[in-house]
Amino acid sequence: MAGYLLRRLISSFLLLLLVATIIFFLVHLAPGDPTTVLEGRRITPEQREHLRHLYGLDRPLGEQYVRWLGALARGDLGISFAQQRPITTIIAEAFPATFLLATAAILVEYGVALLLGIAAARRRDGTADHLIRVVSLLLSSQPSFWIGLMLILLFAHVWPLLPASHMHSIDADLMSPLGRALDLARHLILPAVALGLYNAGPTLRFVRGSLIEVMGMDYIRTARAKGLSERRVVWVHGLRNALTPLVQLFALSFPSLLNGAVLTEIIFSWPGLGRLSLAAILSRDYPLMVGITLFGALLVVLGNLVADLLQAALDPRVRDA
Amino acid sequence: MRSRSLLWGGVLAGLLALVSAAAPWLAQNDPDEQLDPAAASYRPPGTRLEAVRLADGTWRLADRIERTPDGLRIERLGRTEVLPAGRVLNLTPDGVADHRFYLLGSDKFGRDLWARMLWGGRISLAAGLLAAVLSLVLGVAIGSAAALGGRRIDTVLMRIVDAFLSLPYIPLLVTLSALFRPDTVALVFILAASAWMTISRLVRAELLSLKEREFILAAHAIGLGPFAVFWRHLLPNAFTPVLIQSMLLVGQLILAESGLSFLGMGVQPPTATWGNLAAEGRESISWAWWLATFPGAAISIAVIAFNLLGDGLRDALDPRTR
Repeated sequence: MAGYLLRRLISSFLLLLLVATIIFFLVHLAPGDPTTVLEGRRITPEQREHLRHLYGLDRPLGEQYVRWLGALARGDLGISFAQQRPITTIIAEAFPATFLLATAAILVEYGVALLLGIAAARRRDGTADHLIRVVSLLLSSQPSFWIGLMLILLFAHVWPLLPASHMHSIDADLMSPLGRALDLARHLILPAVALGLYNAGPTLRFVRGSLIEVMGMDYIRTARAKGLSERRVVWVHGLRNALTPLVQLFALSFPSLLNGAVLTEIIFSWPGLGRLSLAAILSRDYPLMVGITLFGALLVVLGNLVADLLQAALDPRVRDA
Repeated sequence: MRSRSLLWGGVLAGLLALVSAAAPWLAQNDPDEQLDPAAASYRPPGTRLEAVRLADGTWRLADRIERTPDGLRIERLGRTEVLPAGRVLNLTPDGVADHRFYLLGSDKFGRDLWARMLWGGRISLAAGLLAAVLSLVLGVAIGSAAALGGRRIDTVLMRIVDAFLSLPYIPLLVTLSALFRPDTVALVFILAASAWMTISRLVRAELLSLKEREFILAAHAIGLGPFAVFWRHLLPNAFTPVLIQSMLLVGQLILAESGLSFLGMGVQPPTATWGNLAAEGRESISWAWWLATFPGAAISIAVIAFNLLGDGLRDALDPRTR
């Protein structure tokens, strides 16, 4: 296991390095440089030259790249144009909100996927299975922002049940700790459901397919032959083995979770990384945009690493391969 | 269920293609026309307004008109106005000759949502399709190079694929489009750059398993050159799964384009796409529900069509899933 861990750590590190390199060169391939995006603001050529010097943009590309990697290795993502603060600080402030939203959305996603996936697999090719297939097709064909908008329309305007935006009410500071937690939960429901449903389609299909495959195995027939109840066969013998590959899927869905979170946060004015990236776009804060992209890539690579390690822990065939 | 996916997907995609092709005839109004923004803004679906052409060349859009012996009485913005016959250019014996009908409602500037969606759909669909074709070309090229180019090339290319798969593409696309300020063509390239990886992985896997098969070895043995083997034997046999994946990709790319346009980083207004129409509708969701609802629905119908086509093709062509 130690050897496997080491190998995976090294390859994750190399992957991250490659990702950072791609981001660096993609951005520098773009015509102009980061100060180009400041055009149209009142900025004199001298000021622009000063900025270029300040951010090291007047040096050769190779030197910029090495300096940038060096700073990155020290955890330094640079200074935001618009906020004039370290980007790592800004990201660290916004991340908890995104983390909360993503966690809640994962609960919704897997709740829906497991419930419907198991129901569909148990009644394979029945009416319920067909209906659930249609639901999964519908879910995976929606633009993520549209689910959010429709939820706002239905549950905040037509039937005003839940708040449509932000993380807290205006008077949240005056509430008791419990009141504040409840207030937060109320604000969390719509964005979490929107993001969770957006991701639930593929997961649901996966659960169904995996469970159907496992239920055809010999040991399931043995379990049935032993006279175990069908419920026990499905939930204990079937599901346990069907869900192991789900760990891998979880890691692979990380990027789409992040992408969806950006749009969902913007729609619900949720003060996380997504909202931050919108602010970065609007203020043309190019170093912040690159910082957020890199941070996202870091999360994806870490997610993959954790998933591989979990997979190895669950399945000895993986780590010995 | 199997052939039904294909059938429904084909029907939906065919309808979308037909409607897009017929946009100039289906849309009665010009998508950018703003005759009388004050009177026509935020009108719900199914509104009909009478279009009164005044002598000074401007238009008035009225809720109701009544022909009087010496002119016209119009009801506009809650007020009644009497216009002498000499001021109205398109007067007829029982009213005026023109009207505007808003099938799906109107936007802030009184533009016709139905017309804007018809014209915008052309761009959204074309961008999705073109980006998918481009991803297909790029994916096949890189996947083939990895599978057939030797071990070192394979390793390098596959690591690059891994890296691209780890990029969170929405922030990346947004950063790129902020820097490039793309027109529609550049947008297609940017979209394709985010999507070719699945194709190249698939092509590589198919070719790796194919190239050791007897019929390929036989083709080499009878003296066919490597290019002929690739073009006539390897590629056609790897094509089915690739075709299926590309269908699914069209849907994903339409979604990606709409997401970018929603963020204001795709095709720029006043050119409409489904994505930027939905984005414009967002601010008015509480009082003009139709503006975000219909474009969003159009996007999902298109994505459903291509997902069904992909699924249907898979079921029909790929025996392994049966």
